[in-house]
Amino acid sequence: MNITLSITTTIYKFLSEYMSEGAANIGTMVTIAFIYLAIFAVAGLYLVLLERKVAAWFQLRIGPNRVGWWGLLQTMADALKLVSKELTGTVKADKFLYNLAPYFVIVSSLMALAVFPFTKEFQAFDINIGIFFLIAISSIGVIGILLGGWASNNKFALIGAMRSGVQTISYELSVGLSLLTMVLITGTLQLSEIIEVQKNGWLIVQGHIPAVIAFMIYMIAGTAETNRAPFDMVEAESELGAGFHTEYSGMKFAYFFLAEFINMFIIAAIATTIFFGGWLSPFGITDAIPWLGAFWFLGKTLLLVFLMMWFRWTFPRLRVDQLLTLEWKYLLPLNLLNIILMALIVWLNLTIQF
Amino acid sequence: MSYFGDIYKGIKTLLTGMSVTGKYFITSRKGAITQQYPDNRDNLKMFDRFRGEVVMPHNENNEHRCTGCQKCELACPNGTIEIIWDRQIDPETGKKKKMIDKHIYHLGMCTMCGLCIEACPTDAIKWAQNFENSVYDRTKLTRVLNKPGSKLMPGVED
Repeated sequence: MNITLSITTTIYKFLSEYMSEGAANIGTMVTIAFIYLAIFAVAGLYLVLLERKVAAWFQLRIGPNRVGWWGLLQTMADALKLVSKELTGTVKADKFLYNLAPYFVIVSSLMALAVFPFTKEFQAFDINIGIFFLIAISSIGVIGILLGGWASNNKFALIGAMRSGVQTISYELSVGLSLLTMVLITGTLQLSEIIEVQKNGWLIVQGHIPAVIAFMIYMIAGTAETNRAPFDMVEAESELGAGFHTEYSGMKFAYFFLAEFINMFIIAAIATTIFFGGWLSPFGITDAIPWLGAFWFLGKTLLLVFLMMWFRWTFPRLRVDQLLTLEWKYLLPLNLLNIILMALIVWLNLTIQF
Repeated sequence: MSYFGDIYKGIKTLLTGMSVTGKYFITSRKGAITQQYPDNRDNLKMFDRFRGEVVMPHNENNEHRCTGCQKCELACPNGTIEIIWDRQIDPETGKKKKMIDKHIYHLGMCTMCGLCIEACPTDAIKWAQNFENSVYDRTKLTRVLNKPGSKLMPGVED
């Protein structure tokens, strides 16, 4: 059997030999959902390990190196421990919302993963409003955080959740506008077509000055949207205990934790797709081997993930007023100016094409 | 136009910070400060300022520098040090003189504040760098710092 990279059609064809059309459709969806769920549960765990290793190297430590070779099984062991732990709760918590919140967070981050083209045609769902879908989905995650903080009936959790609301709602503007700047060049929201456009040069090269500015704004706002340091006032340890997940334990806490890391991967993956050509290799050196696209995509994404970790272990945490000043007085006006600049460049055909 | 000046300055300082941590990241492989303790137990050396326990160094003639002035006993905030002394006849001068019999140090009560060592006028006691101090019997934590039969190093009191 000839296995194509397009997993959706492959699985659909395989299943439709055995069952009716409707059942094959549902079977395809379920299979892909399970594949993605499995891959990204493991990927999330290894991102946690990567973060711990990188943190250790920034702080001149060694990092986890006891469980498995080079500490590679450390996070697996942590996950097993968290699964086996008791799920505690508070008496006065709103039980329904309290239990619902982690699933909001994890489901929204897993949904966003579906639209990424990991390599040519290796994409679960090539929706024609790709970027719009990503922006919309990534804002649902904050509902989970707000629900978790509110339903915990804990003042620290509530303050953390409210800060998260302020932060995410503010910085979503910058994420959206900086991506919009790039959409001016591509002229499409569909992720696979955005990558087609970049065959003439990655967008950060095509759009030169405004693209670099948009990339910087996107990385700052993206870091803020994932609630990571230096924007981690949501769970500022010195002030709020653990923030919105103070009252969560065991696997529910692990869901929040995993979602944070998958969100980081998503932010980096969006940046890779929009600015750095997704699965395209530099100068087309490996175009003949389509499978290597996944390698380039993951390589670029992990590089950007490393950049976010570098931010985290360098910069001190911002205060709430500084956070809002940065967004509303600096990033947003700059972003609007940048859109005008980009529009002029596209209008006057000043983009760099190879 | 301090608005754009601020942005420029902000980006510049952020990049400065990132270059500092980036240098640490690159050099971390050889400069790791972590000690993997039970593995390197044989060659682990504690740094000089580490406060393990109070010891009284003796030279090869079994002589120490403690005159028995009791300043360390007075300086100790929680009664860790206890000095048993008496007046004995000094064989050289023939005069009666204060000499220590036992310099008792209760490691179990010590908070490692170091006030005794600061108070000592003759530098008779100092910090040791050992740290594996756990024992199964509490009485083993009471130590006599001067060795049996030791005496005062000549010339310390001058």
